[in-house]
Amino acid sequence: MSIISVKNIHKTYNENTVPVHALRGVDLEISEGEFTAIVGPSGSGKTTLLNIIGGLDRPTEGDIRLDQTELSTLNENQLIEFRKNNIGFIFQSYNLIPVLTSKENVEFVMLLQNRPKKEMETRAKELLNAVGLSDKLDQRPAQLSGGQQQRVAVARALASKPRFVLADEPTANLDSKSTADLLDIMAKLNQEEQITFVFSTHDNRVIERARRVVTMVDGKIESDETFNR
Amino acid sequence: MKQIFKLAWRNIWRNKRRTLITAASVFFAVLFASSMKSLQAGAWNEMIKNVTSLHIGYAQIHAAGFWENRSIDKSLSEEDILQQLNEVEPEGLVGYLPRLESFALASSGDKSGAVLVVGADLEKEEQHSELSSRLVEGRLLEKGEPGVILAEGLAKKLNLGLQDSLILSSIGYHAASAVGLYPIKGIISFNNPELDKQFCYLDIQVAQEFYAAEGMLTGMVIHLEDNSQLDGVLTSIRGQLPPEDYEVMDWMELMPDLVEAKNLDEAGSFLILGILYIIITFGIFGTLLMMTRERMYEFGVLTAIGMKKWLLSFAVWIEIIFMGFVGAFAGIFGTMPIVAYFVQNPIDMSKYSEDAASTYEKFGFHPVFPMNFDINIFTSQAFIVFIICTVLAVYPILVIQSLKPVQAMRK
Ligand SMILES: Nc1ncnc2c1ncn2[C@@H]1O[C@H](COP(=O)(O)OP(=O)(O)OP(=O)(O)O)[C@@H](O)[C@H]1O
Ligand SMILES: [Mg+2]
Repeated sequence: MSIISVKNIHKTYNENTVPVHALRGVDLEISEGEFTAIVGPSGSGKTTLLNIIGGLDRPTEGDIRLDQTELSTLNENQLIEFRKNNIGFIFQSYNLIPVLTSKENVEFVMLLQNRPKKEMETRAKELLNAVGLSDKLDQRPAQLSGGQQQRVAVARALASKPRFVLADEPTANLDSKSTADLLDIMAKLNQEEQITFVFSTHDNRVIERARRVVTMVDGKIESDETFNR
Repeated sequence: MKQIFKLAWRNIWRNKRRTLITAASVFFAVLFASSMKSLQAGAWNEMIKNVTSLHIGYAQIHAAGFWENRSIDKSLSEEDILQQLNEVEPEGLVGYLPRLESFALASSGDKSGAVLVVGADLEKEEQHSELSSRLVEGRLLEKGEPGVILAEGLAKKLNLGLQDSLILSSIGYHAASAVGLYPIKGIISFNNPELDKQFCYLDIQVAQEFYAAEGMLTGMVIHLEDNSQLDGVLTSIRGQLPPEDYEVMDWMELMPDLVEAKNLDEAGSFLILGILYIIITFGIFGTLLMMTRERMYEFGVLTAIGMKKWLLSFAVWIEIIFMGFVGAFAGIFGTMPIVAYFVQNPIDMSKYSEDAASTYEKFGFHPVFPMNFDINIFTSQAFIVFIICTVLAVYPILVIQSLKPVQAMRK
């Protein structure tokens, strides 16, 4: 049984003025533990699709089921609550709260979940250690490089023990060394913690690492390939 | 919760300069407003204390209808009233000061002027207002002594001194004619130009003879330990005296002009402070507009990762309150020593400007202003800032409530 199930999704922006059909009938099933890349030219609808899967935006038409939950049945507050407990997000940049240190940023989602202080501390340290930043616990984002910031973002995305992580072009602003490091970390966490990763990218080096590549063109899925690596 | 406060505190220092400018505007507003209020409250307290302790007292008893035209014909019998008052012993009461007051023409040689003749029991007056400490020359009158004590301004005007005598003439009780010659036994100064211009004291018995009003009083001053007991004392006295025969008035009823002037003055400063705070409000609002615009992306991220909107709103509200309070508390702590200083060292206008001083004197003010150290003035400033910040916080909170993470994070 798939953990993410997307059925016949349509998304039209500016319905009343100049309609933009960003998604025109997308079907997608993703199983637990997959490491999936969504690729495609600019404007093909990758971001739109990820936002809708993540419950950040609503489709014009179609259904999304995450695990057992039908997203369309949730109101705004329930959706926020759902995101907090089930989804980890990594955005292209500026993921972090500037006034908090790395450790505090990672702890923040757990704080929202009312986890005990001890547990937050241990998990934050563990995760920052896993992304190779055990020496940067008390630095603020401004004192970190772009790659380091994205690694903190990965740690934060995992802190809430989500069912899956959605990442929209997480490496877009990184150099190739940082990109490779980040992918190593994501792949490792994917394997070790059995966390489902879905990410969009333009980057060939990233595509090469994915075990499943979903290609979008013009708001539709054009191809869906699985690799054994 | 602690984390939310920490986050808010750090957030206000994100843009140090902007926070400092905003806080500084609040600082100056609070500084200005609390000094102004302290000065104003101090001046009025002084004024009221002066006027009540000098002469009027905190409250008076008259025959019903006396105060309206203050005719000596509406006098009351000393014996009757004392008999009535013997029945009550309100707490905080020190005693009653009998008075027989009316206007007269004072003359000496070719100079003359209107005076207020105050027939009083000077021993009791002494207890009430330390009359002797106001003596410039001479001494107080003995009981029943036929002499007069003249206010300084009046003495100057009539060009009289201690060895001289004063002729008083007036119309007495039931239109009897009243004339008398009294040697001047003392010169007194009230430090209040209005009173100094027109006062003279006679012993109460002498005054009763002069006005042909044996055993009669125009009123009695109620002498209290202090102002705070006023209401209780008045209630029990009013309960005893039949209102068709007597009127019992507190200082606010006795001097409606003073109360009105005070209200007018306070309304004026209310207006000034209102304008000041409106300016501050716009300043803070500008900061909030910029802050909200800059933080849209961050707000988007926070709701995306699962921060409830009310919690985010609360965090932002705390942040704004912090910013306001940094300024407000700096202002309050900055003002306290200033006010404390001027409580000890009243501002004497005459040192700075003769013109201003003489203007004040014309209106009966002694141009010395002690400040009033009233903690309420400061807490009310903090409260105003709190209200302003809370009202202004509505804006970012509305923005947050209608925020859509996808839109917020689109650049
Ligand atoms: N909020 C919006 N309002 C109007 N049109 C939008 C909005 N968001 C996206 N679009 C349009 O929808 C289409 C799909 O956009 P989307 O951002 O999903 O593409 P993308 O594949 O992520 O592109 P990129 O690789 O450049 O990030 C584009 O034509 C875009 O202009
Ligand atoms: Mg995109």
